Amino acid sequence: MNTSNWTWFHRLGSPPTLYRLADRLAPWFGWAAALGLAAGMYGGLWLAPTDYQQGDAFRIIYIHVPSAYLSMLCYALTAGASAVGLVWRMKLAHAVAVAAAPLGASFTFLALVTGSLWGKPMWGTYWVWDARLTSELILLFLYLGFLALNRAYEDPRSGERAAAVLALVGVVNLPIIHYSVVWWNTLHQGPTVFVGGGSDISPRMLAPLLVMLAAFTCYFVACLAKRVQAEILERERNAAWVKEMLEYS
Amino acid sequence: MRALAILLRRDLRLGFRRPGELATPLLFFVMATVLFPLGLSPRPDLLATVAPGVLWVAALLAGIVGQESLFKSDHEDGTLEQLLLGPAPLELVALTRVFSHWLMGGLPLVILSPLLGLMLDYPSAAFGTLLLSLLFGTLILSLLGAVGAALTVGLRQSGMLLPILVLPLAVPVLIFGAQSAAQAARGEDPTAALYLLGALLVLGVTLAPFAIAGALRISLES
Repeated sequence: MNTSNWTWFHRLGSPPTLYRLADRLAPWFGWAAALGLAAGMYGGLWLAPTDYQQGDAFRIIYIHVPSAYLSMLCYALTAGASAVGLVWRMKLAHAVAVAAAPLGASFTFLALVTGSLWGKPMWGTYWVWDARLTSELILLFLYLGFLALNRAYEDPRSGERAAAVLALVGVVNLPIIHYSVVWWNTLHQGPTVFVGGGSDISPRMLAPLLVMLAAFTCYFVACLAKRVQAEILERERNAAWVKEMLEYS
Repeated sequence: MRALAILLRRDLRLGFRRPGELATPLLFFVMATVLFPLGLSPRPDLLATVAPGVLWVAALLAGIVGQESLFKSDHEDGTLEQLLLGPAPLELVALTRVFSHWLMGGLPLVILSPLLGLMLDYPSAAFGTLLLSLLFGTLILSLLGAVGAALTVGLRQSGMLLPILVLPLAVPVLIFGAQSAAQAARGEDPTAALYLLGALLVLGVTLAPFAIAGALRISLES
């Protein structure tokens, strides 16, 4: 096997390199997110036609769906980074996982709040034990468990590794949880007012949604880059390169 | 194999020397179940409807709360470190420990459940399914709880942390278990839910020992 192909990977394990990479990426993704959010908001709130069944209430989809999508993407990222950290003993991978988890928890919370706000006009109640809402709630609990375990250790190195094991156990469990909840719900009663709806969505409604998805992802990457930078600075506060960088800037 | 048998015998002997500690999760199970008729209403038809769910939630909570002591005393007196250094693979040692703990905590709980079922008007024709589902379920919960116990063994304030970590992971067990018990009570065929519980058990026995051993190594390093 050609080992030289892996040098980029090893270089990512060096704090100064990752710090500079994050420093370079953050503004690009930040500006892309700002532009995308502005364009998506305009498209979603003004250009998209009013839904004939749901009225203007459907427009919350432009926040709800990107949040829900990022809540899951972020858990996959946390678990992936945790696996890399445990397998290759890469400390910076743990830093990425620890930086990503609060973001994921926030997106999960946002998805739950917007989901219940959407539920009030559509289903007539703020909360139904819908399969997707319920598994999103359990995902929030998994995030909170990860964060609680990480903070519970006095030694941050052990805390992040313990939390990494939990993230891996969680990611194995997540599909099982999701399908068990779906199965549990279909045996009781299914939500009948709003089923899918994505199949025949009009392009004028769909385009802003795609823009918002991309913008949310850019926002997430920008936030993650900044949080990773903060994590690195905290870990490397006594390192020579940090002092040097701060003196010359 | 011999080392594991010795370990099992030692764990059981140590456990039975402190019968008070063994009884605590059982008492918790009984009391948690008794609270529901008091809180809801003693109407027999209502109790019969909620009985599978109540029994399962109480068993879940009792099973998870009881897991906290799993590695605690072994950690405090240094036995756990010796086991880690010993020649037997830590995964099998952990599995043995979970099994001995289940024999003393989970199995009595399963045996006790029909009695509580009678008090909640659960139909006695469905006791077989209730017992089988709890038998599978408590084993899975023991494995899941052991992961949580291994992650929190070195921590001082692990009491509330363990349920927070493990309960979200236990959701599928609760769903399938309570479902099978409820189906049996209604006279329906519960085999599908029982098969799924069995599948979860197989998955747990296969994967959980690695997670427990990994977590123990991290906890003992700190």
